[in-house]
Amino acid sequence: MAERVLMKGNEAIAEAAIRAGCRHYFGYPITPQTEVAAYMAKKMPRIGGVFLQAESEIASINMVYGAAAAGFRVMTSSSSPGISLKSEGLSYIAGSDVPAFVVNVQRGGPGLGGIQPSQSDYFQSTKGGGHGDYRNIVLAPASVQEMASLTVRGFNLADKYRMTAMILADGTIGQMMEPITFEDAQVETCDKPWALTGTGMQRRHNIVNSLYLQPDELERKNFERYERYRTVEENEVLYEAYRMEDAEICVVAFGIASRVAKNAVAKARQEGIKAGLIRPITLWPFPSSALRQAADQVKAFVSVELNMGQMIEDIRLAIECTRPVSLCCRVGGMIPSPDQVLASIQAAAGCRDGRLPEGQMTSPAQKGVN
Amino acid sequence: MAVVFQKPHALTDAVLHYCPGCPHGIIHRLVAEAIDHLGIEGEAIGVAPVGCAVMAYDYFNCDMIEAAHGRAPATATGIKRCRPDNIVFTYQGDGDLASIGMAETVHAAARNENITVIFVNNAIYGMTGGQMAPTSLPGQVTQTSPYGRDVNHCGWPIRVCEMLATLEGPEYVHRVAVNNVKNVKAAGKAIQKAFRNQMDRKGFSLVEVVSACPTNWGMTPQKALEWVESDMIPYYPLGVYKDRSAAKEGESK
Amino acid sequence: MKTTQILIAGFGGQGILFAGKFLAYKGLLEDLQVSWLPSYGPEMRGGTANCNVILSDDPVGSPIITDPDVLIAMNLPSLQKYVDAVVPGGQIYVDSTLIGEKVERADVEVYCIPATQMANDAGVPTLANMVMMGHVLKNNPELTFDGTEATVARLVPPAKAQLVELNMKALQAGRDYEG
Repeated sequence: MAERVLMKGNEAIAEAAIRAGCRHYFGYPITPQTEVAAYMAKKMPRIGGVFLQAESEIASINMVYGAAAAGFRVMTSSSSPGISLKSEGLSYIAGSDVPAFVVNVQRGGPGLGGIQPSQSDYFQSTKGGGHGDYRNIVLAPASVQEMASLTVRGFNLADKYRMTAMILADGTIGQMMEPITFEDAQVETCDKPWALTGTGMQRRHNIVNSLYLQPDELERKNFERYERYRTVEENEVLYEAYRMEDAEICVVAFGIASRVAKNAVAKARQEGIKAGLIRPITLWPFPSSALRQAADQVKAFVSVELNMGQMIEDIRLAIECTRPVSLCCRVGGMIPSPDQVLASIQAAAGCRDGRLPEGQMTSPAQKGVN
Repeated sequence: MAVVFQKPHALTDAVLHYCPGCPHGIIHRLVAEAIDHLGIEGEAIGVAPVGCAVMAYDYFNCDMIEAAHGRAPATATGIKRCRPDNIVFTYQGDGDLASIGMAETVHAAARNENITVIFVNNAIYGMTGGQMAPTSLPGQVTQTSPYGRDVNHCGWPIRVCEMLATLEGPEYVHRVAVNNVKNVKAAGKAIQKAFRNQMDRKGFSLVEVVSACPTNWGMTPQKALEWVESDMIPYYPLGVYKDRSAAKEGESK
Repeated sequence: MKTTQILIAGFGGQGILFAGKFLAYKGLLEDLQVSWLPSYGPEMRGGTANCNVILSDDPVGSPIITDPDVLIAMNLPSLQKYVDAVVPGGQIYVDSTLIGEKVERADVEVYCIPATQMANDAGVPTLANMVMMGHVLKNNPELTFDGTEATVARLVPPAKAQLVELNMKALQAGRDYEG
């Protein structure tokens, strides 16, 4: 077995990316993800790769666009405000059907917000973020080990489906150190006949482009893209179920929130409350069918998020509102304690016939920030 | 039968969409001739802008990519850093290069990124129907400066070559025009040099081509070319603003 | 199953994060499950700094510590902020050179150690953090002093190998302190 090493989450991403065959990194400094850039700046020149600090997030994502179009495994990383700036480029990357790997180590927002951990870019990442109809594959690591393994997976998926795979982490997972082992990366490559290599005077010219002025042609492009997205939804959903066998309360949480939630579920079990946890590892595609199945079994859901209630909408959609879903949240860089999550579980367990007792958990504003 | 004139190989058979009298056709041809002359079509990768030349990807026979507005130098950087042996060029207008994409332009130049930039300055946003550009002249009437560009209100036009020449970075910065035969020939030579520099790994080479927009200037093609001579060139003097290799040779002589 | 949650807090520049790294690597080399979570941002530059280290036989759940088993307070604001959070039966370590105040809790073990003074006396004035760590190892049955040098060697860049010796000096002083 490979050696256990202690590493920051951000560094684990960078090392895993290199092991996944990424030799081109274009970035711009922003807290709390700067270790990714620093690691790349140190490593890339020594292995014949390219690290380039761009003049802006906008430039860096467009460098990624160019490198991806050239057929190379390429990445950028940033944090929330920087991802907003990159969103235009993400839209072009989606519209041109080139593969890219992007990391968002989230911080609190909106605006300049703060620098402490947050999950408030859930909508932005899972619903697209930039303009137009498109999706990103969104991977939500909950440990330093997963920062690495999902990075390798992200590169593979991006290539396979010719779209952006995004790591949606947060300041905590980016900054914390945990033991990690690097097994041999399972790199899955595929041919890229569409790539810009130069024609060599051997073939018709390749064009990488997102402009289609004829509406019927643009519609067809969108339809084709969504066919591909359907394949992703069918094949690439990942989630973890924890103590769900006999669960009556289903906590749903991803990333750092899921680790707090896990502690809370364990505490609830000690109190005799049959709680379980479903942790989406892919936020898009969302584990809707797992939640739908859980809805047949549990009385209520509790969504634990570091935002004002974003994933909760996808939970409600997944279960078609057949069970009550309450929100347990902290925002702005605050993180709920296991006891706060436990209180939400206890409250949810008090509900009968799928209806909440009067006066309980009506809106995020009332329930969320306590 | 002897061929005395033909379309360069680096241009496709697609019919150009440009307006009657628009010099983009000439400039496309000059770029294609340079590519043919240097024999680099097979290695060339072009980056099209947002603006009138947005569909340049259909007109050049080499591999092409369509960039976001203003971002062509960044996209070209990404390609070139992956494929240093390919020949990467951008083809951009004034709004694209000197307004929304100024940061990308300046920083690609500062890095001496080994790419070739063809910058078409016609002092107006053509594709969107004739709005004020960063290079519109003082007093110039456009859709968004209907009383003439008031420099006290919206500032002065930017001289890109002069500005870039102040940087240590770029290898070659040259302003040409395509308003008469003599200037067209000189423009062709400059463009060829800008590609040659890249082949010789000399670095960032930008050729600004002072052009015309008869449609949005509201002039006949003939009148527009006269206006280039009488108004544009005095504000945007032609010439080499930077040529590091030539300067070095000069020093050593 | 045993899980120890250790909170180290003090001023930026006191080596709070480094001390945490030391414990994390110590745990790593003892084949424990480990998490190390720093405060980050402007706090690192002169403000307050803290570090959450969890050592466990089982995979670590939340890396965020709300109820520490062990508090290591390197300045007064840190002690005041966290003293009540320590679980009953827990441990509180105080750098008594910098903290004059007494810990008013009877349900925890309190170790007062003049770490800053001791570090100065030992000629390693920047290593009060490691003096504290030495004392933590002495009084914490979950961690032994064995393998300390190997741990320090993992932390110190090869180019600064001479620091291993200085760190060991500080750690030993902390271990040998009879307070």
